[in-house]
Amino acid sequence: MAIDAATIAKIARLSRIRVKEEERAALAQELGNILDFIAMLDEVDVTKVAPMASPVEMTLSLREDKITDGGYPDKVLANAPESSHGFFVVPKVIE
Amino acid sequence: MSSPTDFTIAEARDALAAKKLSAVELTEAHVKAVETARPLNAFVTETPDRARSMAKASDERRRAGKVGALEGIPLAIKDLFCTEGVRTTAGSRILGEFVPPYESTVTSKLWQAGSVLLGKVNMDEFAMGSSNMTSAFGPVVSPWSDPKGNRRLVPGGSSGGSAAAVAARCALGATGTDTGGSIRQPAAFAGIVGIKPTYGRCSRWGIVAFASSLDQAGPMTRTVRDSAIMLEAMSGYDPKDSTSANKPVPNFEAALTGEVKGLKIGIPKEYRVDGMSPEIDDLWSKGIAWLKDAGAEVVEVSLPHTKYALPCYYIVAPAEASSNLARYDGIRFGLRVAPQAGEGLIDLYERTRGEGFGREVRRRIMTGTYVLSAGYYDAYYIKAQKVRQKIADDFTEVFKKCDLLLTPTAPSAAFGIGEASNDPVAMYLNDVFTVTVNLAGLPGISVPAGLSKEGLPLGLQLIGRAFDEETVLRAGEVIERAASFKALPPFRVGGSL
Repeated sequence: MAIDAATIAKIARLSRIRVKEEERAALAQELGNILDFIAMLDEVDVTKVAPMASPVEMTLSLREDKITDGGYPDKVLANAPESSHGFFVVPKVIE
Repeated sequence: MSSPTDFTIAEARDALAAKKLSAVELTEAHVKAVETARPLNAFVTETPDRARSMAKASDERRRAGKVGALEGIPLAIKDLFCTEGVRTTAGSRILGEFVPPYESTVTSKLWQAGSVLLGKVNMDEFAMGSSNMTSAFGPVVSPWSDPKGNRRLVPGGSSGGSAAAVAARCALGATGTDTGGSIRQPAAFAGIVGIKPTYGRCSRWGIVAFASSLDQAGPMTRTVRDSAIMLEAMSGYDPKDSTSANKPVPNFEAALTGEVKGLKIGIPKEYRVDGMSPEIDDLWSKGIAWLKDAGAEVVEVSLPHTKYALPCYYIVAPAEASSNLARYDGIRFGLRVAPQAGEGLIDLYERTRGEGFGREVRRRIMTGTYVLSAGYYDAYYIKAQKVRQKIADDFTEVFKKCDLLLTPTAPSAAFGIGEASNDPVAMYLNDVFTVTVNLAGLPGISVPAGLSKEGLPLGLQLIGRAFDEETVLRAGEVIERAASFKALPPFRVGGSL
């Protein structure tokens, strides 16, 4: 399946990944090859098959609704590229 | 006494127990080995000081009569496991200088069992790759080489640093993770043993996530016995991983009885793929003969949806990866690439992720985003999940007729660094024999079983029923004994360098 540069630009935006203009053609080609490869699945009859989300059949257990962890903002912020007064700092988002 | 770096884990355990050497001496020999093996680029971060203090503490515990299952054993840890206070990179630039404030469950268990951290080992970026070529820290060089000349070989991937470190005698064992073959294929390429246990056997908590419904941790060691010892220490229920199995952990070492009489071994006919090299085919025939000689019964079986496993995987894995890797936003941890004048928050995300992720990771995130996007979700993602069910059903059917499956681990021996095709689909074929096991959540082991005509290691894979690692290990040890694989990599500590 052919993928055009406009589609690449759209997927890049959805993925929040900046893709350089000159990389788009090669990426379109590679993604097209991958999509051609996975199109093989069209051969499989999956009527009445339920989608498999996990390899183990298990019921997720419920835990008691209480706080078991936390209370260490310094640890949480220790790896932040920028923090101030106990908060993560982001660029201005309100015009 | 042979060099301490030549010990197996079981031998080192005995030598430590017999007071033939101390944990400090054993660790010191391995710290030096790690330094000697730097040309392999197997380690991203060496932790000699921590290793020495852990070894000292181990000797003290031993004196106090507290001896864990891996007491004093020096290990290498794949750089995908979060280690408290030790930088964890996942082979990526995007994690920057990330130093986890917590320890993964699996590594916690290994330290509780008494083992020693030598350092964090290199890997394909976010475990996406089969060659270790996608690491932001450069490729790992296999300790094996082409006898003809200077061709540098890949160690396989994604757990390539783990495989190289164990094969080159830098560590007695290493952790790996396996999403589509990332323990078993590098184990085969490096001439060592690697087991991917059943999904849910080892906790995924604190392991950097790639594809959560496929990822499993496992050991990589020089013998099946060592894998049994290490796997037991790594396994067990963890309430912090909602998919962790609440099942008792068997004594895996006790399962190694050497007895396979009466076991039924299935040979899946669909694994005889087009273009498979005759030497892989020969090795497979030898494996069949060894198990027959040991009293097992061999039956041909069919897994009719085998050829759909790779395309299915290349929808499911990128889809889960695109979701998991959304957390790398340049805000809370890791790399941040600042937006330029007039740009905003979205530009920060896009610049950070565009520069922080390598080419393969970007491609997989975008593939995943595409198959999950509006209008394509049902056609690709839901369809793949349905095909995945059919692949799992194939295994359920054959395990009514046999106890184990025997296959080759990889379609070829190790290839040269830079020789791989630029076509991602060609590269993905490395996983053709291993990926089905991840989709079905089953245990699989790779055991070194022979050499290619170029003198490079080849592995055989055994696949078992869910939570039946014991039979997998037991038959794996029978193959190990029959194959009597004694070849050593040309580059190894204590060998010719």
